[in-house]
Amino acid sequence: MATEIINNNKRKSTGFDVNKIRADFPILKEIIHGKPLCYLDNAATTQKPQSVIDTIVKYYTSQNANIHRGVHYLSELATKEFEDARTKVKDFINASSEKEIIFTRGTTESINLVANVFNKAILKDEDEIIISAMEHHSNIVPWQLIQDQKKIKLRIIPIGDNGEIIFDEFIKLINEKTKLISIVYVSNSLGTINPVERIIEEAHRHNIPVLLDAAQAIQHIKIDVQKLDCDFLAFSGHKIYGPTGIGVLYGKEKLLDSLPPFLGGGDMISKVTFEKTTYNELPYKFEAGTSNIADTIGLGTAIDYVSQIGLENISLHENEILDYATESLLQIPELRIIGQAKHKSSVISFVFDNIHPHDAGTFLDFEGIAIRTGHHCTQPVMDRFNIPATSRASFAMYNTKEEVDVLVKGIKKLIEVFN
Amino acid sequence: MDAELKELYQQVILDHNKNPRNFRKIENANHFAEGYNPLCGDRLNIYVELEDGRIKDISFQGSGCAISKASASLMSSIVKGLPVEEAEKLFEKFHAVITGKITDEENIEELGKLAVFAGVKEFPSRVKCASLAWHTMVAAFKQEDKSVSTE
Ligand SMILES: Cc1ncc(COP(=O)(O)O)c(C=O)c1O
Repeated sequence: MATEIINNNKRKSTGFDVNKIRADFPILKEIIHGKPLCYLDNAATTQKPQSVIDTIVKYYTSQNANIHRGVHYLSELATKEFEDARTKVKDFINASSEKEIIFTRGTTESINLVANVFNKAILKDEDEIIISAMEHHSNIVPWQLIQDQKKIKLRIIPIGDNGEIIFDEFIKLINEKTKLISIVYVSNSLGTINPVERIIEEAHRHNIPVLLDAAQAIQHIKIDVQKLDCDFLAFSGHKIYGPTGIGVLYGKEKLLDSLPPFLGGGDMISKVTFEKTTYNELPYKFEAGTSNIADTIGLGTAIDYVSQIGLENISLHENEILDYATESLLQIPELRIIGQAKHKSSVISFVFDNIHPHDAGTFLDFEGIAIRTGHHCTQPVMDRFNIPATSRASFAMYNTKEEVDVLVKGIKKLIEVFN
Repeated sequence: MDAELKELYQQVILDHNKNPRNFRKIENANHFAEGYNPLCGDRLNIYVELEDGRIKDISFQGSGCAISKASASLMSSIVKGLPVEEAEKLFEKFHAVITGKITDEENIEELGKLAVFAGVKEFPSRVKCASLAWHTMVAAFKQEDKSVSTE
């Protein structure tokens, strides 16, 4: 109760104003097929505020240089901007040090990095990795790639009809061969928010590290990695209003220190001779080659933007939109929502009895509505619910109830034409 | 509906989607293939009964979008009775039209009822939907004659 009041007050005092936010995103003024853009594909990627766009333009216009190696002015400037972005990420997720923030191309690369170094240093035949039945392909395939070399087992936490993991089944999967639990924080196809606190607590009772795929959590939920006590956390910049091609792997310093490098090359070494090479310290040990400097700095600006509005305010607004959209869509008898977990993020997957998602997607596109249709890189989820695909609307801080109305109106028109 | 969208979802296509023809299994089919489009999750089973190089009967089952279902339905109505080579030639022409390689009216008209799919060329991502049934049919032709192989 008390926190609710504080949140409400905070919201009032910071004055969350969706129209003001919309004005920061130039793309939202686009006209698509003669209709104002109604962008509801935020789980695929979010739009970028002007400040992020400006940061990238400014970098290439007046700051561009390679980092960490030059002694000239621009190189030092670019290095400072780049390292400032690392500090912003560190503060944003409350990591204890910059050494724990590794820049990657995105969630996919972050998970592949962990899979690779675990394969090199830890995994042996018969070892087991636990994932869930609602993983994105990026948290399935990297582990299967190891199976080409070693006889490791993937154990899958099943999900119930409402789209929640079955916790008791998870507990049963843990044994002395379990080497890692790698699980999605928020499902991109069902919207389910997984009970990651309980999962981590249970895993740590058995001394098993936990990797969280936070690709769909970072932009909605305040994450404090020290409080959560996760061992790894992966996310992508482009889903939190930042550029594509930049992502983060957080890892506990001790753990990262104990693991071998992923890629070899420049920047990740401290001394190279033909006889022996010593590796650079954290986090550079895991960042071989010239980094994606511009987009890293852009990610820093995106984090500034989100922090300035406040994740609490953002999630309050998004939850309001989610509730409104859920209620509105449930009024349509021909439509069925897939994924009805108690704790959900602003993602709604739905199917129709007689209309294929692709027809829905194409039809709604001509109403200016951008939704995603398909399996959302979660084919096992589709199989679990015995459907080929879904339509998915996903909301961000700039979406409005009016846009939900546009979606509902579009769906009603769709049903008229196709039924 | 928007004009371009109407081109894609012509009434004939919507009708065939709602009431697909030859949507059944042929029990004594001697050729069969399974078509799958991993992008959309569309699955089509095509059953063919060939006799002396002619399509005596053809049918389909499965799930897919309106374009792929209507395409399978129209295809099955049109190729029934044709020699295999003619059906394959028709597919070549059909494919050229939906990918925009043939655009002149005369050529498109030769497709007859299939001309309703000409609008697909404006939607490159839907070409696979329109051609799935055809690819699957051709694959079925190439399958071993089941009535022979089981003997
Ligand atoms: C839950 C989840 N994990 C991983 C990814 C992969 O992210 P990226 O493609 O940015 O590496 C996504 C993005 O679609 C996602 O939604």
